[in-house]
Amino acid sequence: MKRLINLLLPLCGIGMALAVWWAASVAVPDLPSPVRTWEESKLYILEPLAKRGESDQGILLLAYYSLMRVARGFLLGVVIATPLGFLLGVSSTLTKMFDPIMQVLRPISPLAWLPLGLVLFQKSEPAALFAIAVCSMWPTVINTMMGVRAIPQDYWNVAKVLRLSRTTTFTKIIVPATLPYMFTGYRLSLGIAWLVIVASEMLTGTPGVGGFLWQEYNSLVYAHILLAIITIGIVGFALDRLMGMAEARLRASS
Amino acid sequence: MPFLEVRNLSKSFPSPAGVRHVLSHVTLDVDQGEFVSIVGSMGSGKSTLLSLLAGLTVPDTGTVVLDGKPVTGVRDDAAFVFQNYSLLPWFSALENVRLAVQAAFPNETAASQKRRAAEALDRVGLGNALERKPRQLSGGMRQRVSLARAFATEPRVLFLDEPFGALDALTRDALQQDLARLCAERERPVTTVMITNSVEEAILLSDRIVPIVTGPPASLGSPIVVELARPRTLAQLAHDEQATHARAHVVAALTASLQRRNRSVSTAAPSALSTTEPVKEAL
Repeated sequence: MKRLINLLLPLCGIGMALAVWWAASVAVPDLPSPVRTWEESKLYILEPLAKRGESDQGILLLAYYSLMRVARGFLLGVVIATPLGFLLGVSSTLTKMFDPIMQVLRPISPLAWLPLGLVLFQKSEPAALFAIAVCSMWPTVINTMMGVRAIPQDYWNVAKVLRLSRTTTFTKIIVPATLPYMFTGYRLSLGIAWLVIVASEMLTGTPGVGGFLWQEYNSLVYAHILLAIITIGIVGFALDRLMGMAEARLRASS
Repeated sequence: MPFLEVRNLSKSFPSPAGVRHVLSHVTLDVDQGEFVSIVGSMGSGKSTLLSLLAGLTVPDTGTVVLDGKPVTGVRDDAAFVFQNYSLLPWFSALENVRLAVQAAFPNETAASQKRRAAEALDRVGLGNALERKPRQLSGGMRQRVSLARAFATEPRVLFLDEPFGALDALTRDALQQDLARLCAERERPVTTVMITNSVEEAILLSDRIVPIVTGPPASLGSPIVVELARPRTLAQLAHDEQATHARAHVVAALTASLQRRNRSVSTAAPSALSTTEPVKEAL
């Protein structure tokens, strides 16, 4: 009975959201209704891996392009952010030095970074990676830093009393103690990276979910905008869940 | 010359209410192989004293000389047991001990380091729990791992900071006996300084007991020698005349210093409190 309710309640929510959507489509003639959206999008969903042309591809294929771009940008960000987080966590001098810069850089929108990336790298692909990396690295930096600072005095005492070398202290104490925090950072960073991808694809016109969205807006196929939006949401949700599961497993094993 | 020579040690910490003098003019000698307990109530500066002796913190004034050399940092022949186990939760019991062994005997092969760690755990009765993580062990077993970690490095000096303070009474008894046995089994004698708030524990384990004269700032009272044959048991201590004598001595020293503190607190109080209500003398 309880399981049934747990299944029914989300379905009720989705039904209500669809109702609002339908009502809005009645009020605004340009907005396709849920049914029309399905009719016009089903080719993309039922043949998700079809490639009919450079910009006319199945939705999974488009999502795959976006995901690969996100993966590269995210990895680039993580590779920079993790060591930076450790350094800032260990050294209060470095923190004092770089905290103001960090606080100023953190709230900058991907839309602002992208033109700078284009100026720096001349091409749209590296510019997109640059924007993703720069925007998504901050949660990892901050969480890793916090994780290092949250290491209990007990563990530092162990390092001191056992006279562990710097390397041993790092690999045997600092990294394992910080790992759960780091992973929370990765999860948040990946979420941001996925937010950035759409904006960067829209601006650079590269193939992917975001690029598709912008192109279909320009071609006046509004149903596909909704298809892209829903896809972005579902993929983002799935990413967050996957990272959440990895995080939970990590916490359980340490 | 004593093995551990402490002269005129003082330590203070900055605090929101101004400088807090925790220890002043602490002087103590410990002979090689001797087991000395420093007994005092909570918050009396005992732990601060121990970390000064171990080289974990630097005194404001005074010197600590261990085996002829001034203490400036943690020595490689010293081992530490903390009240809160201080085991690394991501490592098994064996790995926790092995970390200490690796640091203490860096030139040995991995196999022999592992053997040392396993043997040390075996000696505290944990030979069948090598692969368990700390959270799979009871409090008593965790502290046994800590003891194994300390003894595995074959230390010449042992610093124990309320080692059994977090344990229930029965477990505490068992671990006290374990510690006494580990000390007795050593080929080379180990010089031990233990901090405790239990007079019984001090009598059970020590050659000499030094009461803390409560502060702040705290200092040390005159030592009381415990001349009881070993092995000692709590049951035996309950009736032994020597033990009763020592207990009375230590308790008298501790309560005298506590009363002094209470008196000084209540005479100092009226200036801090409202003057409308007279503060009663505590004694």
